[in-house]
Amino acid sequence: MRVERLELRVMIDFTEEQIQRYSRHILLQDVGVEGQEKIMNARVLVVGAGGLGAPVSLYLAAAGIGRIGIVDADVVDLSNLQRQVIHFTKDVGVSKVKSAEEKIKAINPDVQVDTYYEFLDSSNALDIIKEYDFVVDGTDNFPVKFLINDACVMAGKPYSHGGILRFNGQTFTHLPGTACYRCMFKEPPPVGAVPTCSQAGVLGAIAGMLGTIQAAETLKYFTGVGELLTNRLLTFDAKTMQFRTIPVKHRDSCAICGSNPTIDHLIDYEQAACDLKRN
Amino acid sequence: MAKIYVNGDVQEVSLPLNVSELIQQNNVQQPEMVSVQVNEEFAEREDWEQILLKEGDKVDFLYFMGGGSI
Repeated sequence: MRVERLELRVMIDFTEEQIQRYSRHILLQDVGVEGQEKIMNARVLVVGAGGLGAPVSLYLAAAGIGRIGIVDADVVDLSNLQRQVIHFTKDVGVSKVKSAEEKIKAINPDVQVDTYYEFLDSSNALDIIKEYDFVVDGTDNFPVKFLINDACVMAGKPYSHGGILRFNGQTFTHLPGTACYRCMFKEPPPVGAVPTCSQAGVLGAIAGMLGTIQAAETLKYFTGVGELLTNRLLTFDAKTMQFRTIPVKHRDSCAICGSNPTIDHLIDYEQAACDLKRN
Repeated sequence: MAKIYVNGDVQEVSLPLNVSELIQQNNVQQPEMVSVQVNEEFAEREDWEQILLKEGDKVDFLYFMGGGSI
């Protein structure tokens, strides 16, 4: 019966081209037609169309995510091209969201792309996030990382955190009720204390390593396959290629997701001066 | 001497040793940038000097990592 039903659904929901396009997903026992359909009905917000957002968007587009929103207020700079593989040399000077939209559409015309050519801040975060089922943090600075965390916790949205620096990366996945960024790091570091990639540098391929983990987590979330990186912080050092998952617990005293949260509104933390040049 | 595990690797340390001292011994450049777990429980920064480590403890340093977009 199950097989018949699946075949019927294939005939109804999928075109021949889609069956062919997504055949390697459909072949996976854990994904199949049903999983692919979930992917195609999914709405994902990618914040930052840079080092992490590039691989995330490319893989999610290729996978057939139905709707991808991209938030970024930047234009493509020549120094981005060493790692932000969704942007090409011809795109220098073009807004990152437009450049990313063009590549996503080229990979997979079925994907609906929403572009937000603006910074995510306390005034727009909840409005933008509410349109999506899952959020991917591909941002480069702590104020926005905390903003995404707080907004997702408040809105009850799952999200993938990602950070890279030099030869290192870290990521975890948050679902409502599991450890959040503030459980691990209470508040942003003092302005200028932690270098961003623009100050410290990053090996380009590191962005791909971490971004593809985030994309995989996103697809796992929608298909229900396996175990997400919840209550675990995955870190790696590409110099040694050592990967570690550190168990982390939801903190009951967490200011945003604890039992007595003290944060009841979104906060725009001050950014390091070097990050303000983007304006 | 006692064995403790720092970021998954075993270290031989002399007791008594508190979390602040362990951070110094590990040459953590910017302690203010590190979040610390002892035996999978977060240790509040203000408690670091009071938390005495013992044989077999597992300590994790979690570092802020920012980059991604620029």
